[in-house]
Amino acid sequence: MRIEVNGATREVAGATVAEALRELGWDSVRVATALNGAFVPKGARDATAITAGDRLEVLAPMQGG
Amino acid sequence: MREFYGVALATPLMLGTAQYPAPSVLEAAFRQSQASVATVSLRREAGAGQAFWDIIRGLGVHVLPNTAGCHSAREAITTARMAREVFETNWIKLEVIGHADTLQPDPFGLLAATEALAADGFEVFPYTTEDQVLAGRLLDAGARVLMPWGAPIGSGLGLNNRYGLRTLRAAFPDVPMVIDAGLGLPSHAADAMELGFDAVLLNTAVAQAGDPVAMARAFAMAAQAGALAHAADPMEPREMAAPSTPVLGQAWL
Repeated sequence: MRIEVNGATREVAGATVAEALRELGWDSVRVATALNGAFVPKGARDATAITAGDRLEVLAPMQGG
Repeated sequence: MREFYGVALATPLMLGTAQYPAPSVLEAAFRQSQASVATVSLRREAGAGQAFWDIIRGLGVHVLPNTAGCHSAREAITTARMAREVFETNWIKLEVIGHADTLQPDPFGLLAATEALAADGFEVFPYTTEDQVLAGRLLDAGARVLMPWGAPIGSGLGLNNRYGLRTLRAAFPDVPMVIDAGLGLPSHAADAMELGFDAVLLNTAVAQAGDPVAMARAFAMAAQAGALAHAADPMEPREMAAPSTPVLGQAWL
């Protein structure tokens, strides 16, 4: 199915946030996730289903002031 | 120095991690600044985040994540929750921006986000104006630290409203306060510390200096000098001259 990942359209097969992260290669890096604007804690990624058209944000540590 | 949510900082300098010409310059600047806190952010994963995090951990300083770029309480609250998980800290530098040109805080969004985050166990460092009424409301909402601006972010103008900052300091004598944003020169940092603020937070003034490492050292010395001066109880200024050399015993020539 097609979802939006960090603003870009991506094709994913997984049915949960955790599975999508694995496909994208981000399952073992330090990131935080939000689905359709709502925070998805690490412990909830396995149980959070994704559906076509969802917006997934995957954020990582970055420089800041 | 007043404590920040139970943490006594070794030095009164908080330094941003953005805009340095190279990671090695960031590291060297941090060492010279002796900063005790580093501010960081969250952005879309693009591959560089993990190496950056390793550098920050290597600095051995407290980490203060921000919600920079958020224009609503909702965005800021979600960003704060994501930051807490990634950076493993309850500290959050809460920015809810109200205007694109001035990057002035949105007082209403800031208050709403402070209330929600404090209730959720966060230790909120609200980036605010020098408005005394807003400061009181933020404290009522659960903030135990305030971060009034010196001047708009990145402007380097120093303390734009010394009167407002002085009265804010006097109005809440027990609240730890950090002057955040707008500092351009070490003298601005000294000024803030001499007024009795507990720390200064800056980024652009160091990162965008011609020699960021030397500027970091200059800010460290200035902040320390200002803190020492405040603790030493400065003299009162006066309008007229007063001779410092004794008049008694002066020769009649």
